[in-house]
Amino acid sequence: MNKNDRWAFAGMVLLIAVFPGIALKVKPISHYVDVMIFAGIFSLVSLGLCMLMGYAGQVSMAQAAFFGIGAYSSGILTSRLGWNPWMAMPAGAALSALVAWIIGVPALRLKGHYLAMATLGFGVIVHIVLGEEVKWTGGPSGMVDIPGLKIGGWKLISEVAWYYMIWAVVFLALLFCLHVIHSRVGRGLRAIHEEEMAAESMGVPTARYKVQIFVFSAILSALAGSFYTHYVTCLNPGSFNLMWSIRFVLMVMVGGMQSLWGAILGAVLLTFAGNEWLQVFSDYEILVYGAMLLCVALFLPGGMVSLIPKAIGIFQNVQTSLYKR
Amino acid sequence: MQEACFPDSPSILEMCDIQMHFGGLVALKGIRYTVPPGIIQALIGPNGAGKTTLFHCISGLIQPTFGHVLFEGRQINGMLPHRIARLGISRTFQHVALFKSMTVLENIMLGRHPRTRSGFWATGLRLPAMRREEREIRETARSHLDFVGLGDSANLPAGTLPLGKQKILEIARAMATDPRLLLLDEPAGGLNMRETEVLGELIQRIRACGVTVILVEHDMNLVMEIADRILVLHYGSQLASGTPMEIMDHPEVIEAYLGGG
Repeated sequence: MNKNDRWAFAGMVLLIAVFPGIALKVKPISHYVDVMIFAGIFSLVSLGLCMLMGYAGQVSMAQAAFFGIGAYSSGILTSRLGWNPWMAMPAGAALSALVAWIIGVPALRLKGHYLAMATLGFGVIVHIVLGEEVKWTGGPSGMVDIPGLKIGGWKLISEVAWYYMIWAVVFLALLFCLHVIHSRVGRGLRAIHEEEMAAESMGVPTARYKVQIFVFSAILSALAGSFYTHYVTCLNPGSFNLMWSIRFVLMVMVGGMQSLWGAILGAVLLTFAGNEWLQVFSDYEILVYGAMLLCVALFLPGGMVSLIPKAIGIFQNVQTSLYKR
Repeated sequence: MQEACFPDSPSILEMCDIQMHFGGLVALKGIRYTVPPGIIQALIGPNGAGKTTLFHCISGLIQPTFGHVLFEGRQINGMLPHRIARLGISRTFQHVALFKSMTVLENIMLGRHPRTRSGFWATGLRLPAMRREEREIRETARSHLDFVGLGDSANLPAGTLPLGKQKILEIARAMATDPRLLLLDEPAGGLNMRETEVLGELIQRIRACGVTVILVEHDMNLVMEIADRILVLHYGSQLASGTPMEIMDHPEVIEAYLGGG
């Protein structure tokens, strides 16, 4: 991590730490803690996807499917087979990783955007299976009575406890990703993004790195799915369709493709948009998302996060001009 | 494993009847040549002679249609480029292929890739072995930067350097992989006389380090001055080979370069 990252990390931890204290005191936004739990869960997905899109230069349209694999693995293993949730979670992640590896190896050997095509098809298949396979998944009516989480003997019931647990996990994941980016492997990934042929000639195993990042993104998505399951304690296949995969891609793009901070910012913004601000559009929500995607691609290719240095610059300019007076 | 086609001469690189076809176009029509270790081997020829294509075949970016390439007696055609880099062949590109938004130092640090091992999980968890390796990478990269005299540009984005320095940086990045064979594709292209002189000295220092150099170059003064041997390609075939003196007097070479066309 460099100096900027350290400051940003410290600032973000502080912000997240004090948020519930403020939000719970203000009546109209007291439910924001609940929204922020979902934002944290989705941040895990967008972090992985950001590594894939921003650094390995590939797009996956199946993050919702991996999310679903994690969610249903946890749901089935705990409520039907009586597993401990903490055991079910890595099992779901491992299954997700295996599936991602099977898709990724052939798709990523090829140059170009074959991964986007392969994952698009795969995402649809997973959604159909979750909806039709009635015996285990409950089919279209889904699953209920999934147990919550316990840490030691202590059951996670309050929203605030969930909030801090999820965001602690997000920060661990963020730390992991930052370490990868500022290291040998991260340099290799950035090199692939800029000059793939030169990277390969300088000894970077480009295909292997892409597969690893894809598998990693699938693992994070599956973990997010497991947390989601145990938080809402019920499942239905609608949460894992293509629309959700597009939302995840949008989170990364709105936040800022080449920035892990942007991935979290994007997840928070879009979760609030989906749960709160865009409710008035109801059926036309998808149009709003399309417009958002278009605007970001055309006017703000660096995402929302690219506005922060600009804002700091303006602030400093104002400051210096005030001093001059 | 393929047989050596020059079993009796010491060689670092053997090209055995290499042909490269792009659809109906035959870019290389059977190159059969051996490069002894420790020399500067120049590869010259008019545009379209197949020089860069031959480099791509050696470094694994394309696969020859027929024939095979042996590096230190080992067949390397069919291997992926990053494996070939690990075996000890590195290269630069005709059109500078630096990682422009990365810093000068980071570009060279990337060159340490084939000599280091920390994987995805080790770097994410910042295991002690990985941190040690990261320090090592940084130090080695610094020494390579000093070797080519770019020490004071370490933290600039590579894309902001003037072309002359970018070409030197690309050589430093290639040297960071600890190659035993270095392929330079038109390193003097776009350089002025002063820069070309510095480049010539650098290439000779690289040879002094025990690295064999194959040089594709159009600047004949540079080639005649530093090359130990020259191979002339013409429309994908070998036209002539020998020492600079022999090549200068070779009637067919004079024909191809000066007359005939």
